[in-house]
Amino acid sequence: MSTIPLSAQLINLCASVILLLAFAMLAQRRVMQLINLFALQGLVLCLSTLVVAVTTKQHHLYWSAGLTLLLKALLLPWILHRLVRKLYVKWDIESLVNVPTTMLVGVVLVMIAFNVAQPISLLSQTISRGTLGIALAVVMLAFLMMITRTKAIPQVVGFLAMENGLFLAATSATYGMPMVVELGIALDVLVGVIILGVFFFQIRDQFDSLDIRNMERLKDN
Amino acid sequence: MPALLSIDYLLIAVCTWLAIGLAGLLAPRNMHFISKVLFPLGALVGLGVGITALCFLGDRAETAVLVIGLPTLPFHLRLDNLTAVFALLLGFASVGISVYAAGYFRSGEGTAPGALCLEYHIFLASMLMVLLADDAYAFMVAWESMALSSFLLVTTDHRHEAIRRAGYLYLLIAHIGAISILLAFGVMTSGSGDYTFAGMRTQELSPFWASVAYLLALVGFGAKAGLVPVHVWLPEAHPAAPSPVSAMMSGVMLKTAIYGLLRVSFDLVGTPLWWWGVVAMAVGLVTALFGVLYSTVQSDMKRLLAYSSIENIGLLAVGIGLALVFHSYKMEALAALAMTAVLYHCLAHAGFKSLLFLCTGSVLHATNERSLGKLGGLIHRMPWVAWLALLGVIASAGLPPLSGFVSEWLLLQAFLFSPGLPHSWLNMVVPVAAAVVALVAAMAGFAMVKFYGIIFLGQMREPNLTHAHDAGPWERAGLVWLAALTLLLGVLPSTVIGLIDAATQQMLGTGLADKVREHGWAMLAPISPDRASYQPLVFLATILAALWVGRWLVHRFYHGRVRRSDPWDCGYFFQGPRGQDTADGFSQPIRRIFEPMFRMERHFPTIRDEKPYYSVKVEDHFWYWLYLPAARLVERISGLVIRVQGGRIAVYLLYSFLTLILLLLVARP
Repeated sequence: MSTIPLSAQLINLCASVILLLAFAMLAQRRVMQLINLFALQGLVLCLSTLVVAVTTKQHHLYWSAGLTLLLKALLLPWILHRLVRKLYVKWDIESLVNVPTTMLVGVVLVMIAFNVAQPISLLSQTISRGTLGIALAVVMLAFLMMITRTKAIPQVVGFLAMENGLFLAATSATYGMPMVVELGIALDVLVGVIILGVFFFQIRDQFDSLDIRNMERLKDN
Repeated sequence: MPALLSIDYLLIAVCTWLAIGLAGLLAPRNMHFISKVLFPLGALVGLGVGITALCFLGDRAETAVLVIGLPTLPFHLRLDNLTAVFALLLGFASVGISVYAAGYFRSGEGTAPGALCLEYHIFLASMLMVLLADDAYAFMVAWESMALSSFLLVTTDHRHEAIRRAGYLYLLIAHIGAISILLAFGVMTSGSGDYTFAGMRTQELSPFWASVAYLLALVGFGAKAGLVPVHVWLPEAHPAAPSPVSAMMSGVMLKTAIYGLLRVSFDLVGTPLWWWGVVAMAVGLVTALFGVLYSTVQSDMKRLLAYSSIENIGLLAVGIGLALVFHSYKMEALAALAMTAVLYHCLAHAGFKSLLFLCTGSVLHATNERSLGKLGGLIHRMPWVAWLALLGVIASAGLPPLSGFVSEWLLLQAFLFSPGLPHSWLNMVVPVAAAVVALVAAMAGFAMVKFYGIIFLGQMREPNLTHAHDAGPWERAGLVWLAALTLLLGVLPSTVIGLIDAATQQMLGTGLADKVREHGWAMLAPISPDRASYQPLVFLATILAALWVGRWLVHRFYHGRVRRSDPWDCGYFFQGPRGQDTADGFSQPIRRIFEPMFRMERHFPTIRDEKPYYSVKVEDHFWYWLYLPAARLVERISGLVIRVQGGRIAVYLLYSFLTLILLLLVARP
C-alpha cells in the first residue's frame, strides 16, 4: 500500500465519505437532517477539492473549493433551512419505496457505476482518477433519491446532491472544469433553488401540501 | 457578359417575386401601395415567365446549379419542355389572377395585406421552383414552401373556426402526400444516394420497385391534385380561401401535381408497365365521376367549382393512364394523342377554372353571399362578370368552340383508338371507361348550367341583390385576360398543339405536331381528316351567326321590343322571385338517380310544422368510410401511448434514470 501517496489516500477517503453521506441521505427520513447531511457533503467535497488543489498546485481549484464551501456548505443549506421553517414541513419524509429496498437498489447502482467508470478512469492521468466511479455512483444515488421521494424539498436536495456528484467527477477526471463554466453552474444552482423556493410556496398555496403526488392531476386527459 | 439563358430569366422571376413579397412587409398596412403597385408588378413578372416559357418551347434543355441550401447539397435546376409548358401555364394564369387580386383584396379581411402579399408571392415563386427543380431536395423544399404558403393563404380569414379546420385538413393531407413523394424519390434513387433527377434517370429499377415508386408518386401527387380518396381537403379549402387564392390553387397548383406525376411516370421511373396506366385510369374515372356528381348537388358556388376541379383532375388522370397504357405497348402516336389531351386540358382548365373562381369572388364581394339559393338574376347588375363567366362556363362544360371542348374531344379520340391495344381484357374495359368519360362530360354540363343559371339568370331571389355592383376595372381586366386565354385556346387548337408538342415529344419521342400542321391552323385533325376533324372557327362563326340571325328575327318579326310582364302564375295568387327553381331543386333528379352515391340528411316539412322548411345536406361517404375510422384508430393508439404520460414526476424521473443507465451500459467502451 505504500505505493499510494498520502494525498491520493486522502482524496479516496473524502470520496468514500461523500458516497457514505449519499447513502445516508438516501436513508434519512427527516427533512432537517437531510439538509444537514447535504451541507456536510458539500463540506467534504470542498475538502477533497482542496487536497487536489494542494497536491497538483492548480490555482483555480482553490477558487472552486472556496465556491463549494460558500455555496453548498453554507448558503444553500441556509436557504433550505429557512424554507423548511417558513413552510412548516419538518415532519417525516414519506417515501414511495421503503428504505431497505432503496438501499439495496443503491448498492446495485454503485456496482453499475464502478463497472461503467472503470475503463474511463484507466484512461485518465489525474491523481484522483479512482474516484470517478464514486462520483458516478453519487450522481445515481441522488437521482434515485429524487425518484423515491414524494415531497418537493427532498427532491430539490436530491437535485443538488446530483450536482455535487458531477462536481466530484469533474475534479477527479480532469482537475475541474474551466472557471467560467464552474461559476456558471454555481449561479445556475443558486438561481434554481431560489426559483424552486418560489414554486414551493405556489404549490403549497394550490394544494395545501408539498406532496408532488398532487401534481398528477395537472396532466391533460 | 454571356447572354442570359431562359432558365436565368426564370430564376430572376423567382427572385423578383420573392422581392415583391418582401416589399409588402415594408408597409404591411398600406393597402393602396400593395394592391395597386405590388400585385400588378407580380402580374408583370408572371407575364415575363409566360413569355420566356413560350419562347423556350422546342429548345434544348438548360440546367443550372444554385449553391444555396446545405453545403454539399446544392439546388439542381433544369428547364426542359415539360417544365416550360407548365411554366407557361403558371405565368399566363398568374397574370390574370394577380391583376384581379389588385382589385380584389380589401383591408380588414383577416391577415394584414403585407403578409398576404408575401404569402401570395412566395406561393408563386415556390410553384415555379417546383417546376424547375432537378433534384429531390430542391423539389421537396419548393413543394413544401408551396404547401405552407398556400396553407397560410387558405387561412387568411383565420378568425372563423371552419376556415381554420379547412386549413388544418389541407395541411394534414398535403403532408401525407409529401411523405409519399419523398418515399417515391427514395425508392427511385435505389440506394445510390444520388438524389438528382439525372441520377434517377440512369437507375435501372426492378419492375417491383419501379411499381412501388410509381404508386407512391401517384398517392403523393394525387393528394395534392385531389384524386379520390385523398380529395377531401379540396371542397373544404377552396371555399375557405379568398377567391384569387382559390383560383390560383385550383387553376395552377393542382397542375403542379399533374406535372409531378408526369415527371415521375414518363421521365424518372423508366419504362412503364401497362397496369400502371390502368390504375391511373381507374382512379381517374372514379375521381371524375365522384367529382362531377357531387358538383351537381352543391349549393355553395365555390364548393361546386371545387368538386368540378376534382372532376377535371380525374379526367387528367384518365388521360395520363391512357397515355401510359399506349406508351407501355409502344404505340407512341396514340400515347402522344392522349398526352396532348392531358397537357391541353391542363392549360384549358387553368384558364377557365381560374376565371370561374374569380367570378365567384366578384359575386361574393358584390352580394356577401356564397349560397346559390340566395343569388339569382345578377346578369342585370353585373353584366361584365356574367358575360365573362359565360365563357368560362361554356369551356368548363366542354362545349365548342372554347378550350374545354378541344381537350375532352382529344381525349375521347384517344379512347376511340384503344381497340388497337394488344390485350383482350383492356379492349373490353376501355370502351366502358370512354362511356364514363362521356357521362362525366355531360354531367359537367349540367353542373355548369346550374352554376350559371342560378347565379346569373332568372330573377333576384333576395331583395338586397339589387345593390350588387359590377366588378371594378382591375377585376375586369383580370377576368378579360383569362377569358381571352380561354377563347384563344378554343379557336386556335392547332397552333397551341404545335407549341406544347415539344413536351410530348420529349416524353414519348413522338408528337402530334407534324400531322396537325399538315392541315393548317384552322382545322384540327389529330390522326387523319377522314376519321375526325374539328374546325373551331366554323363552329364559332356558325354559333355567332345563329345568335345574330335569331336576335334579328325576333326583333324584326315578333314584337320588336323587350316587354316585361308578369309570368303566368298557374293560379297561385302570389308569385315572387323565391318561387324560382332553387339550387337544391334543380339537382334533385341527379340526387334521386344517384342516391347511393351520396350520404344525405334530409328534413321534410310536415303539416304540423310552425315554420315548415325543407333542407338537404349532402355529405361525402369517404368521411365515414375512411377518414373517421382512421381518426378513431389514431385516437385509440394515442390512448395507449398516453399511459406512458401518467403525470407522476417520480415515473418521469424513472424514465430518464433508466435511459441513463441503459445508455451507460450500452455505450461502455
